Amino acid sequence: MNFDVKRRLMLKGSMAAGLATVAAAAGLLSPTVVLAAWPKAAFEAKSINNALSSLLGSSAMTDSGDVKIKAPSIAENGAVVNVVVKTKMSDVESISILVEKNGNPLAFSADLAKSADPFVKTRVKLGQTSKVIGVIKAGGKIYSASRIVKVTVGGCGG
Amino acid sequence: MRVNIVNKNGQANIRVLIKHPMETGMRKDKGTGKVVPAHFIQTLKIEHKGQVVIDAKCGVAVSKDPFFYFKVGGVAAGDAVKITWKDNLGKSESKDETVA
Repeated sequence: MNFDVKRRLMLKGSMAAGLATVAAAAGLLSPTVVLAAWPKAAFEAKSINNALSSLLGSSAMTDSGDVKIKAPSIAENGAVVNVVVKTKMSDVESISILVEKNGNPLAFSADLAKSADPFVKTRVKLGQTSKVIGVIKAGGKIYSASRIVKVTVGGCGG
Repeated sequence: MRVNIVNKNGQANIRVLIKHPMETGMRKDKGTGKVVPAHFIQTLKIEHKGQVVIDAKCGVAVSKDPFFYFKVGGVAAGDAVKITWKDNLGKSESKDETVA
């Protein structure tokens, strides 16, 4: 008797679970775009390798001439440095900006939908003269390009 | 938050300027000598007709009063664009715009 009740409950349970699986598979339960939460570990990583493997799942960057990065060669104010990262590659999944010498190198990252142009412009802070790295993830691979930005604190402009 | 959208032959050039301190949590107040707690934008999302097209994340190294420039294709006049940011203290702001 007791066994029979349990068996019935189990049957009911597995049926409900089965239905949920079907609904999820059909995309009924999942939202249109799954928004990732803020990737704390990646932004708090102290090295470029750790930041990238946490953010993109790998730190194997390939230097690529197809990644274009624009940044001033001399910045009089390290607190506001304009950076543009763009590419003509297709299947671009994300664009990220890293500052090598900052305590936490990862500054910014954007996941792009298919309709978004692989282009981003923003302003970042540099604690000192540093390499600024533009990272593009396209077709599951990671490509990068970098520029050195010289920060001249003191306002004399070097 | 100030948003400027230019429709260039079906490509929306979206510029966003947000008033925000972007405190790193490492800076000391010159008067009191105490560390100013971190206060920075963590996520910025741009939706085109209800679909997320840009899902951006920021760290403390994004400059104070952040500026962002993105380009989104496949737009037409009258399309709805929504921009939303959220910071580490849970504050957020969103703005609805229409492509001209």
